[in-house]
Amino acid sequence: MSLIKRIFSSKTEENKSGEQKKEYSENEDHKNTNKSNVMNDKIKFTIDGKECKADKGANLVEAAKANGIFIPTLCHLEGVKPAGSCRICNVKINGRFMTACTTEIADGMMIENNTTDIQELRNIIIETLFVSGNHYCPACEKSGNCELQALGYRYKMLVPRFPFEFEEKVVDASTPKIFIDRNRCILCKRCVRSLKTKDGKSIFAINGRGHKAMINIDHELANKMTDEEAQNAMDTCPVGSILKKERGYVDPIGSRKYDKKPIGSEIESVNK
Amino acid sequence: MSSQVQSIVDKFGNDATRLMDIFIDISKDKGHVGEEDIAEIADQLNISRVDVEQTLSFYHFFSKEPRGKYNIYLNNSLVAEFMGREEVADAFEKATGTQFGSVSEDGLFGLYDTSCIGMNDQEPAAIINGVVFPKITTYRVKELIKAFRAGKTVTEMVNSFGGGQNQSALIKSMVTNNLNRRGAVIFSDHTAGNSFIKLGSMKPKEVIEEVKNSNIRGRGGAGFPTGLKWEFCTRAGNKERYLLCNADEGEPGTFKDRVILTEIPHLLFEGMVIAGYAIGAKEGILYLRLEYEYLQNHLETILDDFRKKGWLGKNVAGIDGFNYDIRIQFGAGAYVCGEETALIESCEGKRGEPRNRPPFPVSVGYLDKPTVVNNVETLCSVVKIIQNGGEWYKSMGTKETSGTKLLSISGDVRYPGVFEIEWGMTIREMLEMAGAIDPKAVQVGGPSGRLIGENEFDRTICYEDLPTGGAMIIIGQNRSILDVIKNFTEFFIEESCGSCAPCRYLTVILRNRLQKIIDGKGVAKDLEDLAHWGKQMKMANRCGLGQTAANPILSGLENFIQDFEAKIEKGKDFDTKFDLDKAIQESSRAVGRFPQA
Repeated sequence: MSLIKRIFSSKTEENKSGEQKKEYSENEDHKNTNKSNVMNDKIKFTIDGKECKADKGANLVEAAKANGIFIPTLCHLEGVKPAGSCRICNVKINGRFMTACTTEIADGMMIENNTTDIQELRNIIIETLFVSGNHYCPACEKSGNCELQALGYRYKMLVPRFPFEFEEKVVDASTPKIFIDRNRCILCKRCVRSLKTKDGKSIFAINGRGHKAMINIDHELANKMTDEEAQNAMDTCPVGSILKKERGYVDPIGSRKYDKKPIGSEIESVNK
Repeated sequence: MSSQVQSIVDKFGNDATRLMDIFIDISKDKGHVGEEDIAEIADQLNISRVDVEQTLSFYHFFSKEPRGKYNIYLNNSLVAEFMGREEVADAFEKATGTQFGSVSEDGLFGLYDTSCIGMNDQEPAAIINGVVFPKITTYRVKELIKAFRAGKTVTEMVNSFGGGQNQSALIKSMVTNNLNRRGAVIFSDHTAGNSFIKLGSMKPKEVIEEVKNSNIRGRGGAGFPTGLKWEFCTRAGNKERYLLCNADEGEPGTFKDRVILTEIPHLLFEGMVIAGYAIGAKEGILYLRLEYEYLQNHLETILDDFRKKGWLGKNVAGIDGFNYDIRIQFGAGAYVCGEETALIESCEGKRGEPRNRPPFPVSVGYLDKPTVVNNVETLCSVVKIIQNGGEWYKSMGTKETSGTKLLSISGDVRYPGVFEIEWGMTIREMLEMAGAIDPKAVQVGGPSGRLIGENEFDRTICYEDLPTGGAMIIIGQNRSILDVIKNFTEFFIEESCGSCAPCRYLTVILRNRLQKIIDGKGVAKDLEDLAHWGKQMKMANRCGLGQTAANPILSGLENFIQDFEAKIEKGKDFDTKFDLDKAIQESSRAVGRFPQA
């Protein structure tokens, strides 16, 4: 759980990146004294021509991040088995489209990340997500902390190219600690994959399939959620679909995560 | 006291990977799996209710809400439409007094659309309480509904039997097989168990070598070399391995496996034994679509017969230490489960969502163990390859595509049915063979394949030119190509698992844009948009369904651009048919302002 918190707090995020950098330089120091040990651990690959290094078997999204390169994600959650479902992290690896979050880095991989083709695909996915739900950003509590909105800004989406469909979605506010606003859900399944009870039972699951699929909540289990778990659920959601009850708009506008700098810039600033 | 639900869950060993079987049994019992059943299953399996429900809600033939006493699932495939489905659907609505997607007020009838049920050669067809009713006319609708109202059962309403094994006591089905052409491999004469004589003298490695030597490639459509797949599986470290046979046959327009399963299931099971032996499998599973439930008794009887003959069980076919059995796992209405990793998920009692690859099933498959998934036709071919040798098999077909292929031909054609051909036939020859009537287009390989026109009729059916899983839908001159494409696109919308964002919703966007063109409101820009957005689907999605979901649109634009252009407004690059008043109707009503009519 602390892991999730770390992801969502930009301050600790920066610290963490700093720590990683420090670890890396320590490794570099070790290199001189204990060469064989370190040489085996790191492998080389390129992203858009830039030479990068990472531990063998590292996750591509995280490996890129450690090298100061931002690959956008929505469904990815560090420490949780990748789903590869939002498709926003699509990159070209040795000429083939693959999702970065489901890829383990291998020696010599040639990765294209920031190309016109890939960027266009990402824009289309973001815009698809906007029109498949009902996202009224100005009124949403997650505005400024929302990863979908932040990606929209970063990639300069003015208005989706697709017509809005305004599909009717059902809001579930029947549990005491949280409510689910399915209008804003992008079906990333972060909640489904990571939020379990102590004995491993799912609190969230998908219901239905295709464009009618939606997140369902186990009422019996959700009724027992603590405040901390409710907060955690809200923080796990990349958009404003899971919200904690009995509080609102805690962070004032201007001090939210993506108010001042675009999403990803904290990663890109590391190696500059 | 143990309830019915409890005893069903017990029957499957309180095992959550058998959820599909649990749902099927409960559904048979009560017609649906209700809220209280879900709670009971969850408690007994010690999983949460939403987990039970997420599998349940994935499959078309399961329902949480009570269904009717008679549940009519009417096929809505393209060819069903060609054959007058709309009339028949109207007749059902009129006779039952309810709409599709609902249950009649008296609780007697549930009416549902359903994706292709593998009866394209005898449409319109429906499944009513598990019984297939092909060739339905409006007369037949009235007759059926009247009889059901009078309390007749579905089996009492079977008023004729189809040909071949469909007449046997174990099937007694109205389905006809239309086996129009037998070839040298699948439908050649065969004495059951004959290949086992040779198998007994071969080591598993030799079996794999022989299959590799035949150059046979998977018959489901993707065409991966079968021998290589088997070899990869044996190289995986784990000794507990599985063989799954993919009998999901969901691609609209394909029905060849139905004919195999009806006429020569022993050949398939023989192939499953050979494959099981070659890869050292612990168990074989036939993943069978629920649409073919009417074949269950027939298939189980053949399996029992195999056990009696020592071809399943301990020391199978007299081979010391080869212990192996086969069970049938039913699906429940999900096209995507024909994708091998989705099929595996479904076998494990989960939603049929394709997995990320790698790892591939040959290393991490069913229950995370090394698994081979093969098509029905592939496994049948293997029997003949073992019996007659890889060289014999290679002597048929083209240079790179050996052997024969079953084609399921339907649509505007005199003799719809299954044809076993040697690879290398041209589309033009195929059209002549089956008696195509004034063909304008052929959908090669079903909706996920390619829509071709006259300009491609001289192409050759083989992997080096025009590969196919075998579904061939013939589209006559009088048909609207745009309606064809819309039917296919809607099929993909209905069957998307919903996991990948682009497949889940870009499909809907594409359909809506296509509808705009069909409605005569399109402009040239819409065609560009369709092409550009459609291309993204290939790159963006995880599995074959999502990657090919825009194929009807893309190959349609490529080959039938004139049909699109005929529908759009000439010389306009902006929408002229936009109805502002209609668009703001709702908000106008809300604020009490009314646009001038």
